[in-house]
Amino acid sequence: MARIIVVTSGKGGVGKTTTSAAIAMGLAKRGHKTAVIDFDVGLRNLDLILGCERRVVYDFINVINGEASINQALIRDKNCNMLYILPASQTRDKDALTQEGVGRVLEELSKDFEYIVCDSPAGIEKGANLALYFADDAFVVTNPEISSVRDSDRMLGILSSKSRRAERNEEPIKEYLLLTRYDPERVKIGEMLSLDDVQEILSLELLGIIPESKSVLSASNAGIPVILDEKSEAGQAYADVVARYLGEKLPHRFLEGKQGFLRRLFGGKK
Amino acid sequence: MQNISSVLEFKSSTFFAPILIIFTNEMSAIEQTLHEKIKLAPDFFRDSPLIIDFKELNKLNQSIDFEQLIQLLRRIGFFPVGIRGGNEQQNKLARALFIPIDTVRELGNSISIGEKPKQETIHKPSVAKPEAVVTKQEAVHVAAIPPVPPTATLISQPIRSGQRIYASGDLIILSQVSAGAEIMAEGNIHVYNTLRGRALAGVHGNTSARIFCFDMQAELISIAGDYKTSEDLVKQVYKGPVQIYLQDHALIIKEIA
Ligand SMILES: Nc1ncnc2c1ncn2[C@@H]1O[C@H](COP(=O)(O)OP(=O)(O)OP(=O)(O)O)[C@@H](O)[C@H]1O
Ligand SMILES: [Mg+2]
Repeated sequence: MARIIVVTSGKGGVGKTTTSAAIAMGLAKRGHKTAVIDFDVGLRNLDLILGCERRVVYDFINVINGEASINQALIRDKNCNMLYILPASQTRDKDALTQEGVGRVLEELSKDFEYIVCDSPAGIEKGANLALYFADDAFVVTNPEISSVRDSDRMLGILSSKSRRAERNEEPIKEYLLLTRYDPERVKIGEMLSLDDVQEILSLELLGIIPESKSVLSASNAGIPVILDEKSEAGQAYADVVARYLGEKLPHRFLEGKQGFLRRLFGGKK
Repeated sequence: MQNISSVLEFKSSTFFAPILIIFTNEMSAIEQTLHEKIKLAPDFFRDSPLIIDFKELNKLNQSIDFEQLIQLLRRIGFFPVGIRGGNEQQNKLARALFIPIDTVRELGNSISIGEKPKQETIHKPSVAKPEAVVTKQEAVHVAAIPPVPPTATLISQPIRSGQRIYASGDLIILSQVSAGAEIMAEGNIHVYNTLRGRALAGVHGNTSARIFCFDMQAELISIAGDYKTSEDLVKQVYKGPVQIYLQDHALIIKEIA
């Protein structure tokens, strides 16, 4: 049986798709057969970030509607043969996603894969609810600002009440926090919330802090998940996230910027 | 997963809505006061269902333009879902506008002035009626067996933004209550953590209900319908646990020494 991970946030543009691509690749690189599904019907982003947009023939909705088999629709990643992508449809309308259909696809994938990563659309409507409904684990992607924290909190409420696990009274979805686009300098001058501020409201197990990094944009322009850019801070931070998720104990890097470290060294106050 | 064989299901549950007590028939005064109240707690009132109580107005023997009032409330953003304490004519107008007439409270409270509850119970509009079912069941219970104190509801996981919890007795919460969450109890509320959301105790009119919490940062607190919003609440910082109770219709917040 596969473990189903939903990458969710409530608020849009916080880094869900970036995170989905990175952790799916990270899990696959460690030898776990992983599928990553784009639930953002109508927008299709994941295939761009994974650089497979030119190879899309069938999509998630084709599979749900029985117009293609799962194997026809799954795209094998060009960098890692343990990673498969199930792209979203750009043309279909969102109503084609049904709980029954999603459930069928996940069940079939579960036979073959170790991890299934569901990239949720923003919002708290149907698409987001379906992406989380069958989840075992939730990666709650949050930016260090109040509206994002508030939306994550809202999402956590939905995770604990509207999931299959909740409806069946099973053990609740395991919830993890991923603090992304974190900029230590801006935290220091009070423009962004600190980790403590965020945790005061969310109090979740922290899987990692992903620093704001230019390498994220260049990676996505190149169609390569940022985790493969081992020199970049964001890439390293995502590698740590995957390691922690798999049970390794690692200290949190990137909480303080490099300059912050120097300033501390020389006793600067600002 | 959905059970496809069944088309629908009736459930009885309690429905929470603020009650608007009208003291005057002057529409402009009502409108202005409403705007002032909404400004204090815009989130609380936005798209809120509303029950209009005419008891006080009818005591004064004032007549009011019913349709205009409903239009005003809808324009401001309320959804009137019921009236109570209305006279015969008001009830008739309500029915004409498909607004249910609440007859529930009349069983317990001495609200019914100049009206004929019997006549109203015959009429069965759709929305607020599940409540009537509940009350009827309770009444049967009371008659059949000695009253049993309602049990407490214990919740240990965090109450997140957007979640609503309702307890028919006391409510005990061990984790935090987030901003944007709403916890309601017919009895007392205990929060052994930070309370950032809204807490409403004694929602069926129990004025001796209390709220206890470890760290008071609430958006709104209410006991038996008397409330304070965060605008009033932030003026004072509480260092330790507090209790909140009602004294002559005023909410008293006191640190627990
Ligand atoms: N750590 C980061 N540093 C810098 N930029 C980032 C980082 N993470 C994400 N971004 C940028 O933020 C934007 C939104 O990212 P992404 O598409 O992953 O968010 P999303 O949550 O999936 O958005 P949506 O809600 O629209 O699906 C992208 O332009 C991406 O490059
Ligand atoms: Mg996305």
